[in-house]
Amino acid sequence: MPDAPRTGRYSVFAIAREAMRQHKGWTRAWGNPPPRDRYKVIVVGAGGHGLATAYYLGKNFGITDVAVIEKGWLGGGNTGRNTTIIRSNYLQDPSAAIYNKSLSLYENLSQDLNYNVMFSPRGLIMLAQTEHEVRGYKRTVYANNLQGVSTEWIEPARLKELVPIINLDGPRYPVLGGLYQARGGTARHDAVAWGYARACSDMGMHIIQNCEVKGIDTEGGQVRAVETTRGRISCDKLAIVVAGHSSQLAEMAGFRLPIESVALQALVSEPIKPCMDVVVMANTVHGYLSQSDKGEMVIGGGTDSFNNFTQRGSWHHAEETVRALIETFPMLSRLKMLRQWGGIVDMTGDRSPILSTTPVGGIFVNCGWGTGGFKAIPGSGWAMAELVAKGAPGPLAADFGLNRFREGRFIDESVAAGVAH
Amino acid sequence: MLILTCPYCGVTAEETELQPGGEAHLKRVGPGGTDEELEAYLFDRKNAKGVHFERWRHAYGCGRWFLAARCTVTLQVFGTYKAQNTHPPSDIVDSIRAARPDWTPDWTTT
Repeated sequence: MPDAPRTGRYSVFAIAREAMRQHKGWTRAWGNPPPRDRYKVIVVGAGGHGLATAYYLGKNFGITDVAVIEKGWLGGGNTGRNTTIIRSNYLQDPSAAIYNKSLSLYENLSQDLNYNVMFSPRGLIMLAQTEHEVRGYKRTVYANNLQGVSTEWIEPARLKELVPIINLDGPRYPVLGGLYQARGGTARHDAVAWGYARACSDMGMHIIQNCEVKGIDTEGGQVRAVETTRGRISCDKLAIVVAGHSSQLAEMAGFRLPIESVALQALVSEPIKPCMDVVVMANTVHGYLSQSDKGEMVIGGGTDSFNNFTQRGSWHHAEETVRALIETFPMLSRLKMLRQWGGIVDMTGDRSPILSTTPVGGIFVNCGWGTGGFKAIPGSGWAMAELVAKGAPGPLAADFGLNRFREGRFIDESVAAGVAH
Repeated sequence: MLILTCPYCGVTAEETELQPGGEAHLKRVGPGGTDEELEAYLFDRKNAKGVHFERWRHAYGCGRWFLAARCTVTLQVFGTYKAQNTHPPSDIVDSIRAARPDWTPDWTTT
């Protein structure tokens, strides 16, 4: 296989051309090269955030001597395990800035990557089911409007128009209104990873799968190389973008992170006809519901509350989520659930991410996205690329440094909604 | 479902009866500590992939805090012990080493 195959531009003309020759002209979307001895930048983790970091390094800073190395397969971690929700209605200003940048990039991502990521801005509602949530979300709406993020508070009657299958009068969890972000929605999670991977490969970057990092060599407080299952690879700069395993990579480099890994789980029903064309999040009961293009009801659940590296979740949490959701969406009780799975998410104390330099020169971390990383992929990659290229954070990443824990400048998104995002 | 035995009341409790409290054996930083030490005490965690010592509270039982040794990869429980121990006791260490021969304690008992 060539070092980095050029796939050519995907278009209606390409489809027509291939239709004429029995689709024999399609090439692989990205290369599978053996690792070289040295790269300028190594990104560890070929999930959405890692690939987006590599992509914007090339696109915005012209750095294409980049390898993205991955212990498993591309997009096989949390990128392929989330419930694909995209929104930017956060409370704090630094969060709103980076998530809104991300949402703006998602809106043109298919065109930018020449790869259909199926971004669907179908609108998103966060249900207020307690008086606390009513006050909290109204506050968020005011904050969002000051930040230039357009969201609105909607009353139950309007909510029922948008979500006909909802039951407003649950005895335990009545629906008192909601925070509505019309620009929010979903995208195809695998396609986001694949699209970035193809674009990176087209720029000449190497994507190296089945290549696990076993050690990090440093010398005089500066990164030199990574030891991997496919040999030693030298680098000038190393970006660690590995979500749930950030603590393990940091330990190899000799420092600790304010991160704890827990399992977050989701489940999906049998496919049914279209019944709900918005995303509905019920934060009180940890139920996050949308309908996929195939017709499945996709349900995001809560996290296990103890440190955990098993990618499977637990039965009683699934039961809690479904039990509560059935009150708000009675029709769910008639659905069979087809699959259930878990992913390992990296939680920080303030439920905000870390984009930061580290105690080791040349090593940068991008982690701590916790339970809501998918929506942030383009913005995270954009900000991380700037951090890696310049060696110092730009305006989007500046507030998300590791130093905020020492200095007490938390970006508190946990109290903002009372739950993890 | 995780099942732990409370070392105080002896009840074998399911996970839903318990409340997890994060990493055990954190050493509190005194008034003379530096900013770095305080930050490490408050925020930095081992987040071990493998053998992990952690705090649990028997929330819907006797209400007391106790400690557990558990594997975060397989969810195997090696044992529980009282919170008065400053380090995992020897029977816990033995039961970990029986299951994980490669594992070595990262503390020194004095």
